[in-house]
Amino acid sequence: MRAYFGRRYLLSASHRLHTPALTAEQNRTAYGKCNNEHGHGHNYFVEVLVGGAVDAETGMVVDLVAMDDAVRARVLDRFDHANLNLDPLFADRVPTTENFCKTIFNLLHDALPAGDLENVRVEETENNFFECSAKG
Amino acid sequence: MIFLTRRATFSASHYYWNESWPAEKNERVFGRCANRNGHGHNYTLEVTVAGEPDPVTGFVVDLKWLKGVMGREVLAAYDHKHLNLDVPEFKHSIPTTENIAIAAWKRLEPVVTAAGVARLSRIRVYETPEIFAEYRGEA
Repeated sequence: MRAYFGRRYLLSASHRLHTPALTAEQNRTAYGKCNNEHGHGHNYFVEVLVGGAVDAETGMVVDLVAMDDAVRARVLDRFDHANLNLDPLFADRVPTTENFCKTIFNLLHDALPAGDLENVRVEETENNFFECSAKG
Repeated sequence: MIFLTRRATFSASHYYWNESWPAEKNERVFGRCANRNGHGHNYTLEVTVAGEPDPVTGFVVDLKWLKGVMGREVLAAYDHKHLNLDVPEFKHSIPTTENIAIAAWKRLEPVVTAAGVARLSRIRVYETPEIFAEYRGEA
């Protein structure tokens, strides 16, 4: 029987929305306050949803501790209390939460101890969030 | 198609234990959750039904009706209970969050389907605000 197990993780990071493809003026127009030269930060909630068969012996889709280890190793250790713009994965991409969400999805999809990555949701603030799904 | 979700909370205790395993394996696999004296959570149950709004009422289902169904079918059995000891489906099935979501589906699906206005789409059970499981009726 296929079910889903979800877990929410908190990480705090800074970023600046700015692209060299646009002029300074165009960046200000496109990104507004988020273009502030010295950046700003958020408490991001990352919600990871894993799908798979419920193991008959454990009643679980995935072991929570093993899942935490994978998310910590691939995502939290890398981005928590970091400046996203300085990460090599954002060397030539703007760390919008859309791109951050996709990046997290790609980092996790082959790292799970069991099941498959169904969905990643990144909440940038209480009022906006972004999702990246295995269904595209 | 509109998806409508109703939330409810219940408080229950449980522990994780596979009777066919030795104690040492249960403790290794389930960690603190294997404590036979149990522990508890404030669970949140989210029930999502899918359907078209009724042309007269504008409702997919009457929320009051759905609240009553959730209360009778799930909360009456789970709230302020020990899931392993008080709930028949967990006599031989470990009350993990995944299994609770599946069990709640089995309790609710026939009643929602019999009402004939909407189909049950998703059950989500939060064990804590950070940990949840979901069942969508898949094989």
